[in-house]
Amino acid sequence: MDAQKKIVDRLRTSFRSGVTVPEQFRRTQLNNLIEMLKDSEELILDALHKDLAKPKFEAILSEIDIVTNELYYAIANLSSWMQQEYVSKNLATKLDECFVKREPFGVVLIIGAWNYPLQLLLLPMIGAICAGNCVVLKPSEVSAATEAVLAELIPKYLSQDCFAVVCGGAEETKALLQNRFDHIFYTGSQTVARSILQAASIHLTPVTLELGGKCPCLIYGGVNTTSAARRLVWAKFFNAGQSCVAPDYVLCSAATRDLLLPEIQKALEDFYGADCKKSPDFSRIVSPRHWCRLMELLGKTSGKVVIGGENDQKERYIAPTVVVDVAEDDVLMAEEIFGPILPIITVESLEKSIDFVNSKEKPLALYVFSDNSSVVRAVLESTSSGGFCSNDGIIHMTLPGLPFGGVGASGFGSYHGRWGFETFSHRRACMLRGWALERLNGLRYPPYTEEKLGWLRWTASPKTSCTLM
Amino acid sequence: MSREQQVVKRARKAFQTGKTKPLEQRIQQLKSLLCFITERRKDIADSVKRDLGRSEHGAELFETLGVEGEIKLAIEKLAEWAAPRPVEKNLLTISDEVFVHPEPLGVVLIIGAWNYPWAVTLKPLVGAIAAGNAAVIKPSEVSCHSAKVMEELLPQYLDKDLYPVVAGGVPETQELLKQRFDHIFYTGNSTVGKLVMEAAARHLTPVTLELGGKSPCYIDKNCDIPVACRRITWGKFVNCGQTCIAPDYILCEPSIQSTVLEEIKKCIKEFYTDNPKTFEDYGRIINQRHFKRLMTLMEGSTVAVGGDIDESQCYIAPTVLKNVTGDSRVMKEEIFGPLLPIITVNGVDEAIQFINDREKPLVVYIFSHDNRIIKRVIAETSSGALLANDCLVHYTVTALPFGGVGNSGMGCYHGRHSFDQFSHLRSCLIKQLKMEGVNSMRYPPHTAKKLGWARFLLLKQINVSRLRRMVLLAMLSGLAAFVVQRFLR
Repeated sequence: MDAQKKIVDRLRTSFRSGVTVPEQFRRTQLNNLIEMLKDSEELILDALHKDLAKPKFEAILSEIDIVTNELYYAIANLSSWMQQEYVSKNLATKLDECFVKREPFGVVLIIGAWNYPLQLLLLPMIGAICAGNCVVLKPSEVSAATEAVLAELIPKYLSQDCFAVVCGGAEETKALLQNRFDHIFYTGSQTVARSILQAASIHLTPVTLELGGKCPCLIYGGVNTTSAARRLVWAKFFNAGQSCVAPDYVLCSAATRDLLLPEIQKALEDFYGADCKKSPDFSRIVSPRHWCRLMELLGKTSGKVVIGGENDQKERYIAPTVVVDVAEDDVLMAEEIFGPILPIITVESLEKSIDFVNSKEKPLALYVFSDNSSVVRAVLESTSSGGFCSNDGIIHMTLPGLPFGGVGASGFGSYHGRWGFETFSHRRACMLRGWALERLNGLRYPPYTEEKLGWLRWTASPKTSCTLM
Repeated sequence: MSREQQVVKRARKAFQTGKTKPLEQRIQQLKSLLCFITERRKDIADSVKRDLGRSEHGAELFETLGVEGEIKLAIEKLAEWAAPRPVEKNLLTISDEVFVHPEPLGVVLIIGAWNYPWAVTLKPLVGAIAAGNAAVIKPSEVSCHSAKVMEELLPQYLDKDLYPVVAGGVPETQELLKQRFDHIFYTGNSTVGKLVMEAAARHLTPVTLELGGKSPCYIDKNCDIPVACRRITWGKFVNCGQTCIAPDYILCEPSIQSTVLEEIKKCIKEFYTDNPKTFEDYGRIINQRHFKRLMTLMEGSTVAVGGDIDESQCYIAPTVLKNVTGDSRVMKEEIFGPLLPIITVNGVDEAIQFINDREKPLVVYIFSHDNRIIKRVIAETSSGALLANDCLVHYTVTALPFGGVGNSGMGCYHGRHSFDQFSHLRSCLIKQLKMEGVNSMRYPPHTAKKLGWARFLLLKQINVSRLRRMVLLAMLSGLAAFVVQRFLR
């Protein structure tokens, strides 16, 4: 507890000195992170493989490259993000300088998760660095190998006065949260999120929560089932289903399901071969505890396993599994699956499907597969979710122009690209008035009269500003 | 089921019918709200007079004028604010639709404050309605006359189920906070702000907190002191100092202290006459509790101007205090009353240090002719907002986000910021099922060659407008080459 307080105090002193404010400092840190990823790619890939048996391809794309890309994007745009933003004024303030200045909050805390241990820690960190903050990083202890690598690399490449890595489990996190931060960014579960919000409320610390939920995947209207199956299988079984934006379950009619199943089977064979366990391109479950959790779900479900089901406890392996005839109150529908099990729920009509989705908590992502654009539009307009993607999965989060975040039970706040910069910035309204025209100010001073009021209404009106000037 | 539970349940049911989705419906409600303000001007002004002793013109100037402006702006801009917002794409998504789709959050709770009971309750409501939400409105019970008028009259203009008014005190507020909302907007003090955030934590509800703090006001010794003092006097004593963005205390060099005192004294007389107690345009302290609180704050400091009181009327004259230090009683909490302490510092360095040793305030005020000093204060302090050479007026520029930072709050509103605050900005990617071949490079089995392509296509950003310009340039060059070949040989 003391050691952590010392770290936070050290970072706060550094922040107060103003060292993180100049653009050059921020650029240097971002460039150093690029170097770190280049120099240590093998080390990181090794650690990711130890933690999740992550196939090299997945690790490169979803961990290393996505972060490197965000770094290049941030470096290219940092100057424009940091610019003062001039705003429109009313007639009374026409001669004044009115702008919004983005300022760092101070010392921020970023708590990562274990499923994409590098990405979920470094992507928010990039936003925090761009905004000029000092950062305490708390990687997930569940992905222990990556945690160790980060603890070793970060102090080597980034300023140790401004950035620190704190390792440990629930106890250490609880102790860390007793310190005062100027923003807390958390990726993980709802239960932990509640206690983080409680801790944050003591200091009035603003929070960003990136949580999960069950991301539904609706398949209706005319559908090219071959393409749909391939994209669905890719999105679902990437990282063995351990993605917060993985399609959690499918809703479709019985006819669609019957067309879909053989296509899913074919796609699985194309991707992972006849025996998925032998494929180097399929991940493992992160820990024995999660493996047991998933196996218990498979054991208790009253649905029928039609594809997969094979498993190996020693290897923490569960084959890509599809379960049909799943009822709404089935154990597979009670919580976010976060594994390679895909329930298919039969709902005959699109309307009933939409009602089904709306009766549940708002998810992080919502997917629709359809060749019919009116089906896509209907789902978009009648539901709510963090993000929405039609005819594909996961891919919407690779676009830094789109804010990545949840709503309702799936979280609040967002990041990626400029959104990360904004999340970690305070938008300070600045107005610089002149000294002249004090006579005009006379309109607002007491004694108040009807006439003065009339003039003030006119000058303060937004309409007059565009017609006259 | 408690009354509060029922109200929220009804609001949620009304929201789920989808009737707040069409923009026309939202505009209809906003127009009704505008009618309410114009038709019930007198009722509103009366209630404010009874709560805070403010004159009719004062009520309009500081309460309804701003709300009217917000409503008219929202009606005018709603289509633009609610429209899908396109964003940049990468090479792989170049033929797809990529945009951010603003959506309502659901049922929101707006907790108002007593100092501008109409403005701080209705302004957020404008944003909530515009964004398509249902909103439960909880006016402050401290400004009880305004709360009563709001409870009685607002349902005659707005949809009763979608925008119910729940009046009441602490128990009612606590009961409301037990319910689940999709956003809570609170204006008030930090102590209650923490409780609101804690209650919201149970349901993972995001909050906007518009709190307060001690807004410092630094007067550079080389500025036009008479003009500065006019503006400060006005900003301080409006609503008897009960304004979250009032200049809380003055920082200046000892050499100008007596000039500042003299000028403020002159302005007080000019604005509020020799006897502010009998002057219509000078208000009162909201209640006995706050009156007593303010009396305690004066202990230990010297009254340089004013100081007259009348407990029976909750009257405190516009008062300036000197011999105040950082440890004085009056510096321990936000004043929120007509007491203006002057603290002497030796220049802007010490002023900045003084400000930074304290919690981040809602506003930092700086009066100076020297732009370098102003820029320094901007660069070396932090606050919700910064206003140079005047007080309060940044509040009227709707394009500026109005909110705090640190202890002074989180989130912001006014104009479009209100709309965004009460919206969920949903990322949308609309793809087709065609061009499946392109996707094959991301599928297993993974090969080095596929990896190369995927790295290039999936993740590199393309600036679409630059691409268009390049394509156009290429076409023009091709055309030029053709022309040269054909005609100029």
